Amino acid sequence: MTVLVFVESPDDELSQQALTFARGLGDEVHAVLMGPAPAPPDGLGAYGVSVAHVAAGFAAYAPAAWAQAIVELVERTSPAAVVGPGTDRGNEVLAHLAAKTDQPMAANCVSLAEGDPPTVTRVRWGGSLLEEARLHGSPMLLTVAPHAVAAKAVAPQAAAGTVGAPATVSVEEFIPTVADADLLARVSERAGAVASGVSLTDADVVVSGGRGVGSAEGFAVIEELAELLGGAVGCSRAVTSAGWRPHTDQVGQTGTKISPEIYIACGISGATQHMAGCKGAKKLLAINPDGEASIFASADYAVIGDLHDIVPAISAEIRKARSA
Amino acid sequence: MNVLVCVKRVPLTGGKIVLTEDERAISTRHLGFTISPHEECGAEEAVRLVEGHGGTSTVLTLGPPEAEEQLRDMMAIGVGRAVHLLTDGGEWDPQATAAAIVEAIRAEPEPYDLILFGNESADAGNYQVAIRVAHALGLPCVTAVKGLSVEGANVRCEQEVPAGRDVYVVPMPAVLTVKEGLNLPRYPSVPGRLRAKRKPVAASTPERPEPRLEMVRLVLQPGSGKKAEVLGRGPDAAPAVVGILRELGLV
Ligand SMILES: Cc1cc2nc3c(=O)[nH]c(=O)nc-3n(C[C@H](O)[C@H](O)[C@H](O)COP(=O)(O)OP(=O)(O)OC[C@H]3O[C@@H](n4cnc5c(N)ncnc54)[C@H](O)[C@@H]3O)c2cc1C
Ligand SMILES: Nc1ncnc2c1ncn2[C@@H]1O[C@H](COP(=O)(O)O)[C@@H](O)[C@H]1O
Repeated sequence: MTVLVFVESPDDELSQQALTFARGLGDEVHAVLMGPAPAPPDGLGAYGVSVAHVAAGFAAYAPAAWAQAIVELVERTSPAAVVGPGTDRGNEVLAHLAAKTDQPMAANCVSLAEGDPPTVTRVRWGGSLLEEARLHGSPMLLTVAPHAVAAKAVAPQAAAGTVGAPATVSVEEFIPTVADADLLARVSERAGAVASGVSLTDADVVVSGGRGVGSAEGFAVIEELAELLGGAVGCSRAVTSAGWRPHTDQVGQTGTKISPEIYIACGISGATQHMAGCKGAKKLLAINPDGEASIFASADYAVIGDLHDIVPAISAEIRKARSA
Repeated sequence: MNVLVCVKRVPLTGGKIVLTEDERAISTRHLGFTISPHEECGAEEAVRLVEGHGGTSTVLTLGPPEAEEQLRDMMAIGVGRAVHLLTDGGEWDPQATAAAIVEAIRAEPEPYDLILFGNESADAGNYQVAIRVAHALGLPCVTAVKGLSVEGANVRCEQEVPAGRDVYVVPMPAVLTVKEGLNLPRYPSVPGRLRAKRKPVAASTPERPEPRLEMVRLVLQPGSGKKAEVLGRGPDAAPAVVGILRELGLV
């Protein structure tokens, strides 16, 4: 049974996670790679890939066209499943594939149980809830939720020819036939990022403010603490909706997902949609006068009280410790 | 120009999710309802596009009779009219949802120049209804749009990617999915709310096909099991906080 995996790039961790997930579904894993200059797929053998199909001829990302390339492969190799990473592009390309082949598609799966039909477990509400669903389709089309499985290379000692053995990748280049209509939506230009300070995604420390901050000016104390700790400023949706901070600062289901060493949440109640964005934080410190606030149910440390007193006191204490 | 925006009614859960007894839905006994922030931005954009270019904005939902509340909410911020595809409140899978929306769009008296969706629905997060609709209508589709401008017969879309912003320029009619941050939606005014009450809602009842992504049950995420260590009350807790930061090597 062959499983075909859409790989964004051989060194992309989420694609490696999708490959690891796929090894649990079939005994032969094929990869498909695309793009203006797909990286050499040799390293994929470590993830159990025996054949890497490389679609040539794409000048830029064009989701419908990339899906069309996979349609060709599906017709040629009849895989039991097509799997992608649960990334923007992974979900998008698989959805186009599903639309083109009129098959159901399950996005952001964490596991799959065999059966007729098989049952997937997938995330809902940005990860706050799971769903079990029967997938009535052939081939099975699914994406793997980020970090649902760890990316694992195959055991190097496994006997050659058995499942789980590192494979020599045979690379098969092909030029898909793509209709003009599938190329209408394509990336025509890459505008540069405006780099400004520590990015929320990569920060080791994030200091966030919620409605409890009270105003845009109130964020001065949050900014001060973040700067002292070399961290980034975050916020809740109550804050962006009020126009106190830009949406780029929003942590949560419809904001940024963060994974700092410590998350300091000030004046945030802990709505599930906010918590969906900071699950990856190693430690959570919450500052809130309401001892019953639901954020304390996921916090490691709590300080009860008014952030306007507490946050400046923490900053002062840091300065004191550093000058000692 | 004619702009359609599709929205989905979902429960507004607070700090904790509770399931119904049959585990097939979120218990909403104490909850209000809303739509995804992405879709709110879609509705705001539809209103702005029509303000800038003329034409009509329409909001569409597939949902129970109560979802009229969400249609009125969007008309209160300025959307011109509504289409309500009525259900009995049961789960519709993404293929069935897309098929019903496609049929409704085909039945409309005038074609749409832009059809806007949320990047993903708040509850199900299937990441596909818009793409299926685009495919069925033979239209180009750009997802995760965070910047949008109409340039003649084309629409220029910007998407945030780790390395910067990807630009797409597609001819209209087109299907776009948008993300929160595209704009800052306005709050409804009192006159806006009153006007919304009188705006037309075209209702019909599509038939639900057999689901092919068939929800069996919902499962709560296991709790963190954490018990927060209270470092103190008020500013006196600062030294204890710095103690923690020192352990982490930050001070
Ligand atoms: C589909 C969907 C997606 C969403 N996505 C997001 C998202 O990405 N991110 C997000 O944040 N939200 C999101 N939300 C909104 C979310 O449901 C909450 O409304 C929001 O997180 C609340 O923000 P808040 O905690 O700042 O405000 P509130 O819930 O109002 O809480 C304010 C807190 O501040 C405390 N407080 C008050 N005064 C002080 C003071 N002086 N000092 C310290 N504390 C004080 C209060 O005790 C309270 O706990 C989403 C909602 C939906 C429906
Ligand atoms: N029941 C529905 N009624 C109207 N629009 C919907 C419905 N379900 C999904 N959509 C639209 O499709 C988008 C993507 O949904 P999904 O594919 O479930 O992530 C949503 O943001 C909505 O714009």
